[in-house]
Amino acid sequence: MTTTNPAPEEAGRFGPFGGRYVPETLIKALGQLSAEYEKAVGDRAFQLELADLYRHYVGRPSPLYHAERLSARCGGAQIYLKREDLNHTGSHKINNTLGQALLTRRMGKPRVIAETGAGQHGVATATACARFGFECVVYMGEEDIRRQQPNVFSMRLLGAEVRPVSSGSRTLRDAINEAMRDWMASVETTHYILGSVVGPSPFPRIVRDFQSVIGRETRQQCLEQLGRLPDVIVACCGGGSNAAGMFHAFIDEGGVELVGVEAGGRSTKAGDHAATLNFGRPGVLHGAFSYVLQDDDGQTGDVHSVSAGLDYPGVGPEHSYWKESGRVRYTYATDGETLDAFDTLAQTEGILPALESAHAVARAIQIAAEKSRDEAVVICLSGRGDKDAAEIARLRGVGGG
Amino acid sequence: MSAIDSLFKTLRAQGHKAFMPFITAGDPDLDFTAAVLRQLVARGSSMCELGIPYSDPIADGPVIQASYTRALGGGVRLARIFDMLSRTTPQLDAPVVTMTSYAIVYRLGLEDCVARAKAAGVAGMIVPDLPVEESDRLAAICRREDFSLIQLVTPTTPWDRARRIAEKTTGFIYYVSVTGITGERAELPAEIIDHVAELRSLADLPICIGFGISRPEHVRMLAPVADGLIVGSAIVRRMAEAESRGRQAVLAEIGDYAGELIAAMEG
Repeated sequence: MTTTNPAPEEAGRFGPFGGRYVPETLIKALGQLSAEYEKAVGDRAFQLELADLYRHYVGRPSPLYHAERLSARCGGAQIYLKREDLNHTGSHKINNTLGQALLTRRMGKPRVIAETGAGQHGVATATACARFGFECVVYMGEEDIRRQQPNVFSMRLLGAEVRPVSSGSRTLRDAINEAMRDWMASVETTHYILGSVVGPSPFPRIVRDFQSVIGRETRQQCLEQLGRLPDVIVACCGGGSNAAGMFHAFIDEGGVELVGVEAGGRSTKAGDHAATLNFGRPGVLHGAFSYVLQDDDGQTGDVHSVSAGLDYPGVGPEHSYWKESGRVRYTYATDGETLDAFDTLAQTEGILPALESAHAVARAIQIAAEKSRDEAVVICLSGRGDKDAAEIARLRGVGGG
Repeated sequence: MSAIDSLFKTLRAQGHKAFMPFITAGDPDLDFTAAVLRQLVARGSSMCELGIPYSDPIADGPVIQASYTRALGGGVRLARIFDMLSRTTPQLDAPVVTMTSYAIVYRLGLEDCVARAKAAGVAGMIVPDLPVEESDRLAAICRREDFSLIQLVTPTTPWDRARRIAEKTTGFIYYVSVTGITGERAELPAEIIDHVAELRSLADLPICIGFGISRPEHVRMLAPVADGLIVGSAIVRRMAEAESRGRQAVLAEIGDYAGELIAAMEG
C-alpha cells in the first residue's frame, strides 16, 4: 500500500476528479482520517499487522488459477482467475475493511457504520468489527435486503445491526445517503468504513490502496506462473474497488490492456443499466466529482443491474481519470450475458462467481476468444456467488428457496 | 451592497432579528410554494430560504428528504422553479435565498446557475455540500455578481477554519446548531450560545442559526445571540399536509406558526 501513485494526485484529486463535496460537519473527520492514514502508511507496525491479518486471517495471497476448461471452451487466450472469492468472507471487500478497522482503532473510535449493496462489504465490515470489538451498524436498501438474504443473516450472526433503507430506489445509493446521515450526527465517535473507491477524499485513495494488494499479488503470480505479465486484465466496475485494486499495479505497464466492465442491465436506455462511465458524464455525487448518471437538472438517475453490488449511478473518481486518460477501457455486460457467464464458469470450472464478478467473466470470455492461445487474460474474480443462488433461481422461475 | 446586506443593516439599526423560514420548492406544486412564500413574508418573515429539491440530500433529515422526494415525484424542474421565482419575488418584501446542492449547481454550470437565480430575483445561495476549500470558483462568480454565497460553520468546525469560512462567506454566516442532520429537536445544546459568541469575535458578518429550531423556547433561547433564526422542518412538515387537510387550512396554520415564533423572537 505504499506504491507510488501514477495519477497526478493532489489535494485528494485524480486529475480533475475527486475532491470533497460534503457538508461542513464531516470535514473535520475527513481531515482526521487523512492525517491518521498518512501516519499509518509510514508506520511499519501498522503495515506488518495488516500483512499478518491478510495472511493468517484472510488467507492471502489468493490464488491465481489457470482456468483451463474455460480457456478451451473459448478457444482463444489462456484465462486466469484471481481468486478473491476464496478470501475469508468470500470477496475482496475484506482487504479494505481490515485496513480501515485498524485505522478506526488508531483513531480511538468505538463505533463503525457502513453501507452495503450486495452485502459483501456489509459482511466484511461486520467481520472486521467482530474481530476488533467495534459496534457495527450496516445500512442496506430494502430491495437489496430482499435479493441478498444470505448476507443479511451473516451480518446479524456476526453481531452487526442491519438497518433497512426505504428511501429512494432502496439500493446502494440510498444506503450510502443513509450512512452519511448517520455519520453527520455520530462523527465524533464513529468511523464510516466506506466500501468502494467512491465518496469524498480521502476514501477513494484509502480504499484503492488497501485493495491494491490484489494487483500486487497478481503481478508477482503472473511473473512466477507465466514468466511474464498478462496481455489483458478484466475486472467488474460498480463503484470500482476491485478494479482499482487490480489495475493500480499495472497502470504504468503500457503493454497490459486494462478493461473495466460495468453493469449493462436490461438495455442501454437510461434507467435500465448502471454503466456510469459508458453513458454518464462528469458531475457530483456522494462527495466526489466523477462520472455520474444524472439528468439535466443534476438529479441522480435511476439505475438497474441484476447484481446489487454494481447497481450504482456513480463510479470512483480515479476510474474517471483513467477513462479520460485512455489508460483503461470501460465496457459493459448485460444482465443476460452475465447470467450466461455465471453458468459457463459454474459448469466448466466448478466455480460460482458473484453476479458482480460474472460481468467481468462475460466480457473476458469474449476478449479471450479473439486472442491467440499463447496470450493470457486475467479476470479479477472479486467474489463468490453463493449469495446469488436464490436470486438466480427466482429470476429463472425455479423454486430456489 | 446586496439585498441581504441591506436587510441586516436595517434590522440591526432597528434592533430586530430576522425570522428566516425554509420551505421546499414544488411540494406539492409550485403554486403552493409561491403562496407559502407570500404568506410567510406577510406574517413578518425577513428572508425566505427555498430548498431546491435534490435526489440525494445527505444533510437532511426525514422530513425534508420526504418533501424533496414528493416534489421530484411531482415532476418539479429547475426551469419551472426559476419561472415561479421570477413571478413571485417581485411581490415579496423580503430577500429569497436558495439551498442548492452542488450537484445541481455544477450540472447547470456555475455561471449559469448564478445568472438564472439572480435573474429570478434570488439574492443568494447556500450550497450545503460545498465546503470552503472547494468554493473558490463559485465564490468569485458570486462576488462579481453581488450575489451572496452563504457558507456554514458547524460545532465540528475548528476555530482557525471558522475564521477562514467567515472571511469567505457573504451575506451572513449560517451557524449549524447541532452535529447532525436537519429536523426538529426537543432540546438544543446549551453550548450554541458560547459558540456563536466566539464566532462573533471572528467576524463582523450577521450570524444566523439553523437546524433543529422549531419551538418558541428555542427562539427565546437563541434570538438574543443571533442575527437571524432559520426554521425548516417544522414548516415543511406542515406543508406535507397540504393535500390531506386542504391548502387554505395549512397556509393559515403556517402563517400562525410563523407569527408565534416571530412573537417569541421579539419578546
